[in-house]
Amino acid sequence: MEKPLTQHIVPGRKPLNLKEYEKVGGYESVRKALKMTPAEVQTLVKDSNLKGRGGAGFNTGLKWSFVPMGPEAATPKYLVANADEMEPGTFKDRVLLEGNPHQLIEGMIVAAYAIQASISYVFLRWAYKLAAQEITQAIYEAKEAGYLGRNILGSGFDLEMHLHTGVGRYMCGEETALLNALEGKRANPRAKPPFPQVSGLFGKPTIVNNVETLCNLPHIVNNGVGWFKSLSKSPDAGTKLYGVSGRVKTPGCWELPMGVTIRELLEEHAGGMQDGYLFKGLLPGGASTDFLVEEHLDVPMDFGSIQAAGSRMGTGTMIIMDDQTCPVGFTLNLQHFFAQESCGFCTPCREGLPWVEKILLAIDKGEGKPEHLLSLDFHTKYLGPGNTFCALAPGAMEPLQSALKYFREDFERHIHEHHCPWSKSKAWQPSI
Amino acid sequence: MLTIEEKHQIDHEIGLVPSPKNACIEALKIVQQSHGWVSDESLQDVAEYVGMSTAELDSVATFYNLIFRRPVGRHVILLCDSISCYVMGYEGIREQLYEKLNIQYGQTTADGRFTLLPNCCLGTCDRAPALMIDNDLYRNLTVEQLDEILSKYT
Ligand SMILES: Cc1cc2nc3c(=O)[nH]c(=O)nc-3n(C[C@H](O)[C@H](O)[C@H](O)COP(=O)(O)O)c2cc1C
Ligand code: SF4
Ligand code: FES
Repeated sequence: MEKPLTQHIVPGRKPLNLKEYEKVGGYESVRKALKMTPAEVQTLVKDSNLKGRGGAGFNTGLKWSFVPMGPEAATPKYLVANADEMEPGTFKDRVLLEGNPHQLIEGMIVAAYAIQASISYVFLRWAYKLAAQEITQAIYEAKEAGYLGRNILGSGFDLEMHLHTGVGRYMCGEETALLNALEGKRANPRAKPPFPQVSGLFGKPTIVNNVETLCNLPHIVNNGVGWFKSLSKSPDAGTKLYGVSGRVKTPGCWELPMGVTIRELLEEHAGGMQDGYLFKGLLPGGASTDFLVEEHLDVPMDFGSIQAAGSRMGTGTMIIMDDQTCPVGFTLNLQHFFAQESCGFCTPCREGLPWVEKILLAIDKGEGKPEHLLSLDFHTKYLGPGNTFCALAPGAMEPLQSALKYFREDFERHIHEHHCPWSKSKAWQPSI
Repeated sequence: MLTIEEKHQIDHEIGLVPSPKNACIEALKIVQQSHGWVSDESLQDVAEYVGMSTAELDSVATFYNLIFRRPVGRHVILLCDSISCYVMGYEGIREQLYEKLNIQYGQTTADGRFTLLPNCCLGTCDRAPALMIDNDLYRNLTVEQLDEILSKYT
């Protein structure tokens, strides 16, 4: 089984330096891409059916094709690697950032060339200290070797690259809010249109791509479309970094063919549930995805299949809920996160999420009333898609609506029995 | 007053962006790096340096979780309170920290050694529960490890 993204990553060992990386074929794709036209690189990536790994799953080549090209296009154009990764339960990009920074840089050069960007940023979350060190070193090495800077490998193509570390806000991961953060503003999202591809960072054409998306590019350029599709078990091409956290025997992150089943991830890779714990439900791809339950265990983890099952693949990192964790407490923890991280820009989200948190807290404490469930149902509609300025609030509603669907009895028990049947969640305290 | 060194670093950041204002977050980070936090006075200095009003800069500064507008201790403990750490029992760690340090979230120990803050997912959910002290990440935490971990910071 091929693992192009993680083949050179050895946990606990320093990542390959430039020389070592070149020895295993590193930066070959840059040489290759620079001999193609930008349009050819875009078409190759579009045909590979690489879908963005940041959550939405949009075809990467197609996304690039909206960038104005040719001598008339505004300059400079920008490319940004989204390495904010603050969604609870998500920890896959860290593996790539710490494990093989040169692979990211190589992918960024390919992407920047395809859209003719001359300035690029890695937008890295503050907490990833080790990644910051490794990327700084790798950018330095790549520049010394002529892969970055002016006239890269004599091709006439120029690219600057900078590392930017964020100052902690989930919203910075949303692509237009990220651009505001990079411009030194509050990370509020921007109205679309205009789309960032046309008017992004400092008003210039900009592409924001996820780290895992970018890391796939060197391999697609080197090995071609047929190879990339052959890696997958599903219509969504390539491999995927999957992760599992929660009360499983061996939590972790693995690169596997796109489309392995949830059961395979849970039982073979994560080793099944810890002794004494039973499986109750899971969020397939981070905090902003709908719960799936026992009946979904044989669903393949790809964008289409997970959507058909009523959830979203999101980041592909699943969070397992066991039978000893209270579903109300679990949902409350998630809503607390979203309420706290709401940027406050639009009223439904700013006012609605704290309200949801308050109701869940009341239910959790045994002070819930039957009409509270109705109120929560309303919120899942009024904060759902189309009612707020960005996807944060609808994302928050996904675990809530599905918890109300699959675990309604547990919510009702709290209300009827006037206490939490799970002792564990009594310690929940909203933080400052 | 910004020091020569701080100005030098801020100038470098300003050189990378179209307008000095665009470097304001970087400038706040630079000031926080040397003082531990951003005082009203520092905020004013930075605002003046990059050509913003203090109110405008404060609205940026207070938006971000990790720009500190109040003094913090010599070491900042960021305890992950997100979902995987919740499932794996971070609350036990929090209670122990409350007890050992005799403070709650948002407070600083009497000797100025530690400030304790909750933090969203630290991106190491497969090895939950987790916390960070300054630049150091601790994972797969148990309450038994806390004394040894805390003793490393004076
Ligand atoms: C609130 C919010 C937070 C997000 N956080 C991230 C993130 O940390 N990393 C990421 O790659 N995408 C994140 N996204 C998705 C981005 O907006 C964007 O779709 C993605 O970076 C595009 O990259 P891709 O096309 O390569 O998937 C977030 C979206 C929202 C609404
Ligand atoms: S939905 Fe929430 S996070 Fe998004 S713009 Fe509105 S207030 Fe901000
Ligand atoms: S939930 Fe604590 S590290 Fe992700």
